[in-house]
Amino acid sequence: MNKQIKFYGGVKLDEGKMTSNEPIISAPLEPLYTVPLQQHIGAPAKAVVQKGDKVLRGQLLGEAGSFVSAPVHSPTSGTVRELSSCLGPAGAQLPAVVIESDGEDTAAEPLPIFANWQEASPDELKARVAEAGIVGMGGAAFPTAVKLSPPPNVTIDTVILNGVECEPCLTADHRLMLEHTETIITGARIIARILGVKQIIIAIEMNKPDALEMMTKKAEGTGVEVVGLRVLYPQGAEKQLIYTVTGRKVPSGKLPAHVGCLVTNVSSAAAIADAVCLGKPLYERITTVTGTPVAKPGNILCRVGTPYSSALALCGGVKEDPLKIISGGPMMGMSVYSLDIPIIKGTSGILLLAADEVSQYTPNACLRCGRCNDACPMEMIPGILSSTIEFHHFSLAERWHVMDCIECGCCSYVCPAGRPLVQHMRRAKAVANATRRAAEAASKK
Amino acid sequence: MSEQTTIRMPDTSKLVVSSSPHYHDMGSIPKIMFTVLAALAPAVFASIYFFGWRALLVLSVCMVSCAAIEALLCRLMRRRISIGDGSALVTGLLLGMTLPVTSPLWMCIVGSFIAIGLGKMVYGGLGGNPFNPASVGRVALLLACPSAMTTWVTVSGCALNKWVVDATTGATPLELVAQNQPGPGFWSLFLGNIGGSIGETCTLALIVGGVFLIALKIIRWQIPVFFIGTVFLITGIAYMVSPCPKFNPMTHVLSGGLMLGAFFMATDMVTSPLNRKGAVVFAIGCGIITTIIRLWGSYPEGISYAILIMNALTPLIDRYTAGRPFGVARKASQKNA
Amino acid sequence: MIDIVMMTGTGVLLGLAIGLVVRYFGVPVNPLVESLNELMPGANCGGCGLAGCSDYANAMATGRAKPGLCPVMSAEAVAKCCELLGVESDTTEPKIAVVCCSGDDDHAAKQAFYNGVNDCLNAMLVAGGSKGCTYGCLGLGSCARACPFGAIEMLPNHLAKIHADLCTGCGKCYMACPRNVIKLVPRSAAKVHVYCNSPKKAPIKRTVCKAACIGCRKCAKTAGEGQIIMNGYLASINYDNPPAEGIVEVCPTKCLRKAD
Repeated sequence: MNKQIKFYGGVKLDEGKMTSNEPIISAPLEPLYTVPLQQHIGAPAKAVVQKGDKVLRGQLLGEAGSFVSAPVHSPTSGTVRELSSCLGPAGAQLPAVVIESDGEDTAAEPLPIFANWQEASPDELKARVAEAGIVGMGGAAFPTAVKLSPPPNVTIDTVILNGVECEPCLTADHRLMLEHTETIITGARIIARILGVKQIIIAIEMNKPDALEMMTKKAEGTGVEVVGLRVLYPQGAEKQLIYTVTGRKVPSGKLPAHVGCLVTNVSSAAAIADAVCLGKPLYERITTVTGTPVAKPGNILCRVGTPYSSALALCGGVKEDPLKIISGGPMMGMSVYSLDIPIIKGTSGILLLAADEVSQYTPNACLRCGRCNDACPMEMIPGILSSTIEFHHFSLAERWHVMDCIECGCCSYVCPAGRPLVQHMRRAKAVANATRRAAEAASKK
Repeated sequence: MSEQTTIRMPDTSKLVVSSSPHYHDMGSIPKIMFTVLAALAPAVFASIYFFGWRALLVLSVCMVSCAAIEALLCRLMRRRISIGDGSALVTGLLLGMTLPVTSPLWMCIVGSFIAIGLGKMVYGGLGGNPFNPASVGRVALLLACPSAMTTWVTVSGCALNKWVVDATTGATPLELVAQNQPGPGFWSLFLGNIGGSIGETCTLALIVGGVFLIALKIIRWQIPVFFIGTVFLITGIAYMVSPCPKFNPMTHVLSGGLMLGAFFMATDMVTSPLNRKGAVVFAIGCGIITTIIRLWGSYPEGISYAILIMNALTPLIDRYTAGRPFGVARKASQKNA
Repeated sequence: MIDIVMMTGTGVLLGLAIGLVVRYFGVPVNPLVESLNELMPGANCGGCGLAGCSDYANAMATGRAKPGLCPVMSAEAVAKCCELLGVESDTTEPKIAVVCCSGDDDHAAKQAFYNGVNDCLNAMLVAGGSKGCTYGCLGLGSCARACPFGAIEMLPNHLAKIHADLCTGCGKCYMACPRNVIKLVPRSAAKVHVYCNSPKKAPIKRTVCKAACIGCRKCAKTAGEGQIIMNGYLASINYDNPPAEGIVEVCPTKCLRKAD
């Protein structure tokens, strides 16, 4: 493992991880929680509570809507004020359950605890992961239980825990690895048990030496291997991570399972351990609140449904007015315009950027300098693709594998013309998906 | 709740929303262009040193007229006036550097008009031009006024005290070797104590500027290295087969517009291939065409033609050197290409 | 003199050659397709669902498509097509597009400044655009660029306006709008429209848009049975049985308006 494979492209970023040494603090109870029913990729959860119902902490609010979906649990005890909708980080209205806290924070009957999970059957454990509403907590929020059910024709031989946290500014996973090291390792072993896998690798970027050391120490004798990876964005992207760690390339349009790998975030692993060993469903997560305008940046353990404004108030508010508020990290996060948005299972960070840190987009033509070409970790040709998409040649863009774009943002980061390359890619992907859905609907008729 | 009142919450009424990524390396087109200008500064000083102060006049006229023509055309095309990006200044400076020091000023202005107007703006401005604008301007002038473009002065050391060096006409080293006469020695060639266009003679200054640009990753090292290397290799083989001055690789590499072309004109972002592999193919092609024109063509010099021909081939090179995206099988990629 | 003879001779010879090639190698064109083609509007808008006008003409001639799919053709032209094809005439009601939103910059609250590609779908993908209402017109003009007839004008205060005289109801704008603000309605019934698209509750709508339908039901009560249907908190016109024009008087927010 000394000589690592380097993936193509990538960029070196200013890390700006100013909260690495801030211990996790728990957020106090909120008077009101707005819990969206769609916090994951897939179908929204179906509400199982009515207006006026009394709920307890950890009680089921919504059950999984389809196979690719996840249930949602109550963050505290109280009354359901209404079933309405709220603004989500992506700007869409999400169905939500609004819970008025009673201040008691009474816990519901926990799910049955697996006192000895080593003996439990993989199917039982997998059912628990589904039941606890665990999703990928790195940002994409793909339901973990679905990930743990690989297609029947593939065998998974390696579990990789993603503790890379390559996004600048964010330190939620870093703090979790320092403060809940053992939980993560237990979670990793549970995943390995579910899949019947021997090789477990925890990947951590070299810029977190303390986490790397702690993890290596605690992992001794558990059969878990800890590797330090070179600092290069986007090291934590799933395909690039698998390539660096195992040398396997995930084929275009395929899942990691096709090369026998499963990648999951360290936070998700910790959540799995909590669900199995403590019977606790996923209703809280660590969120990094950071950025130069924030008075006291920190890592906060927030319950799902806490508005951004409360998390920010806990960090002492702001010193200056930000120009951008971002849900997630600076490279892949979504910019939002409201602080009423609730924290959800995938909110890894809330980042505020001051005016001088934001570069404004100006409509320049592509210079054909080829920097995006050198930076793209998917080895695509972003510059040409963006011009193609600008002139609406979507099918051509699709033939040039625009669907493989991971939207990591390296191309836009290096573009001297300041072109919105990633935005073009997103549009082409949205159009391609819409066309595909339309074709599927037509073929069903 | 008393604490709450002291906490300042952000004003959300003036927020900007935009697509990720929210970070940028803060590079920009003007930054690139002004760095290129800075990299050309040593060559400009060298040209004033060897040719006299008129060299500065020619260069300034070219730069000013290029910028003025671009501004005028932007105005006529009802676009944002784009001279702030500095690309017109780079084109003007490069064009001026390919002219002899004795060029009449009207020629500079006509050349600028052709370079900016027909070389760049008709294609929609920076980014759309298939050919290097400075090369277009130079080639047009070479075809239109061949005698003015090939009248060279004799250079002899420092000319800082003169307006222009003595008007006795001389020959460039390449003209000498084309007639199979021995060219000047290594140090004259390397330092630029020879006849030629304003900016092309001082190899040392051009290499300094070129290395500066490579170090800043503004140009790809592959283009100059493979361009010059190919010229050296072909003339070297020819010299070994028949050792006559005509094939002397040292004269071929160190004189004429090769250094200027290889470091500053062939590396033009807009008209050179996108990726490294393509850049190598492009540079080798430039080298081969240059050598063919120099050794067997009727012109003693062929850099600008070589660059223009390879510019025309750039889209094709791009198409065949475009890599397979990560994880795309070889067959699938070929089928779709 | 010789030059002139040579040039003329070459011209004559080449002309002859072209004539011969056409005579012997020409691809015979179905006369039916040609006459159908002449009836086509020639805008190649794709509203029929085929690649363009000549494709549609071909499809009709070979029986792959029925006449009357073209939203642009006049009724007479369709009747002529049917006559040529020898089928029963089957006309469809001509349609018109309506932008169901009144939220221009003066009425709808702007939550943020959008900095990015000038396209509605792109803006949608970034925090849902900059307008507070997530159902209204984004005002970046994707529909106007998609319209093959130049019938959509982008008002300076960021709202799309459809010029009824130019609109042919081809549906291109309907496809281009990521918010589904544009609706296709029967032309004959397009007298009054509800210029609002938000199904949210009135207090929520009012905070983001002064011109929204507040769901007061006044219009539904005043109009005849089934002429205006309440769709949650949003009134919607029943275009099969449209209300009289006078109904616009009752709307307190003026989002129920005569067609403009």
